[in-house]
Amino acid sequence: MSYLTQRLAQSALVVAGVVALTFAITRLVPGDPAVTYAGPRATARQLAAVRKQLGLGAPLPEQLWRYVTGLIRGDWGTSLHTRRTVLADISTALPATLELVGCALVLAVAVGLPLGLLGAHLRRGKGRWGRAVGDGSVRMTSMLAVSVPAFLLALAVQNLFAAQLGWFPVAGEYTPSLNQTSPLQHLTHLTLLDSLLTGNWPVLGSALAHLVLPALVMAAYPVGVVAQMTRAALLEEVAAPHARLERAYGFSRWQVLTRFSLRPASGPLLALLALVFAFSLVNAFLVEQVFNWPGLGRYASSAITSADAPAVAGVTVVVALTYVLTNLLVDLTQAVIDPRVRLS
Amino acid sequence: MTDGSPTQAPPLPVTATGNVPVPHSASGPASAPRRGRVRRLLGWSRHVGAVVLILIVLGAVLAPWLAPYPADGTHATHPLDTLAGPGAQHWFGTDAVGRDLLTRVLYGARTSLTVAAAVLTLSALVGVPLGVVAGYAGGVVRDVIMRITDIFLAFPALLLSVALAAVLQAGTGSAIIAISVGWWPWYARMTCVAATTIRTRGFVDSARCLGVTRTRIVLRHVLPNAVTPVLVQLSLDAGGVILTSAALSYLGLGPQEPTAEWGLMVQQGQDLFITDWWVVAFPGLAILLTAFCFNVLGEGLRSALDPHRELTR
Repeated sequence: MSYLTQRLAQSALVVAGVVALTFAITRLVPGDPAVTYAGPRATARQLAAVRKQLGLGAPLPEQLWRYVTGLIRGDWGTSLHTRRTVLADISTALPATLELVGCALVLAVAVGLPLGLLGAHLRRGKGRWGRAVGDGSVRMTSMLAVSVPAFLLALAVQNLFAAQLGWFPVAGEYTPSLNQTSPLQHLTHLTLLDSLLTGNWPVLGSALAHLVLPALVMAAYPVGVVAQMTRAALLEEVAAPHARLERAYGFSRWQVLTRFSLRPASGPLLALLALVFAFSLVNAFLVEQVFNWPGLGRYASSAITSADAPAVAGVTVVVALTYVLTNLLVDLTQAVIDPRVRLS
Repeated sequence: MTDGSPTQAPPLPVTATGNVPVPHSASGPASAPRRGRVRRLLGWSRHVGAVVLILIVLGAVLAPWLAPYPADGTHATHPLDTLAGPGAQHWFGTDAVGRDLLTRVLYGARTSLTVAAAVLTLSALVGVPLGVVAGYAGGVVRDVIMRITDIFLAFPALLLSVALAAVLQAGTGSAIIAISVGWWPWYARMTCVAATTIRTRGFVDSARCLGVTRTRIVLRHVLPNAVTPVLVQLSLDAGGVILTSAALSYLGLGPQEPTAEWGLMVQQGQDLFITDWWVVAFPGLAILLTAFCFNVLGEGLRSALDPHRELTR
């Protein structure tokens, strides 16, 4: 219990820091936010009104206080660009990104884990061939996946599979004309889920086809990291004394890996997934731009281009909070699974 | 097990179950490398990485002499020569304003490597002293400094850089600052862990008993020992910095025209990709190659210096 309270207190402190730091960053904005909001042709009187409306005249501590209480009340400010409240903007954009990130994480586990397992198995195997070539190629593949800039991969994949070969649609979430023929009923704002729940098959098919390329690009880095980490963690486990015992009992190398080493190695992997989740949210900034995906990333990049400080701050807070929460969740899960964590 | 590793393994350093694969901070001197044939086979990638990196660095340093059209690296434009394909005149082709891409890619190496070096230096200069002080002082000082790093680490690295770069005036300098702000806490944390273990060592105790001042102990005894893992980590991180700075430039938050920067070149060429592939391909591959070589080299360095890894090979 004391571990729980301690961990919760630490997270609360971090959240407070995140909010304060975000506030500090938005106050660094060069130029006057009021001018951005009111437009270049605003009169001095309009500017003064806007300044009052945005609360820019107040002293800094008061502004910080207003910002914090606003965040809690759900008033995240008004986007200088879209003129809608930041929270409304984010809540329409976030589901699309979560769809993308979710697919990327599923792929990361479904591909990265077996890849790492294979690498570790080949490395521990007998043949020199398997070691050098097999494990080597697994290592190089994962290294390549980690080293490729997301935007480059996105452009390359889009050009090849969409523009040249025409296998997949170039950009967007689903074909817009479907809005006329079979309009989508919004329940969760997750297009895949909504179309599935309402039985809207044309939209579902179109959404799936549109999802393939961005999801693959988003998955590249997670797959690489998960494969690398799985391989390293498994090799560490296999060298541990328990593995020698299991070998002596007559379990094969493969069994030692899959039945006895995967579980103790799962703790760091879980933590890694939380990290990768947060990383993917930011990676969406680059990938959504290329595929014109109506998510948080595209919203953020357009906010950046238009110097829209409240929107940038909103996105920053959302992503950082998500990150803190996932980390907390992972730590607590680990404490449940592994008594060493909560007792240390 | 086949290549005569000692049957009695030395006590393994405890692995931190932290949430990031950082190398073990208290790694001692590496055991003498075994020069087996297998090992040499596995080690070739690292050497290739090193050689290619040296070539990239040379290309960056010697860009003004190597580049076929040095003026294209900065301000020159050639309206009659736009979007020429790769050929004898322009090996990598030309961009939308007729600049030679080979030249721009070479000059881009200068920008990228400068940014990477500056970010790593700046982050280490901020992180290491804070970490040493936190680790050696312990108690409240340690708690305060570490909680501050926690806050910075609560942002995914690229996010903090993007948010900060978005509000600063876009340019090389602000890109360096923006990335460093998200980068230093890792070094603070690493150094702190190392310094915490070092301060309990016998030689620190004996120095203290001899009446050596606290400043001197920190500078002469703790710092040199705590800084080794950071140096390794710096080389591991170079690839990450290259990718981050390329991402910032791609979002338009890094160096601005007419500075040659790979991420910026990709961004400016992306609409032409379908018709004129070279505009994106060459700067993009330059990022990929550099990051890949740094990562390969870093991984090799880590396993060469880490006795724990040595055993698990």
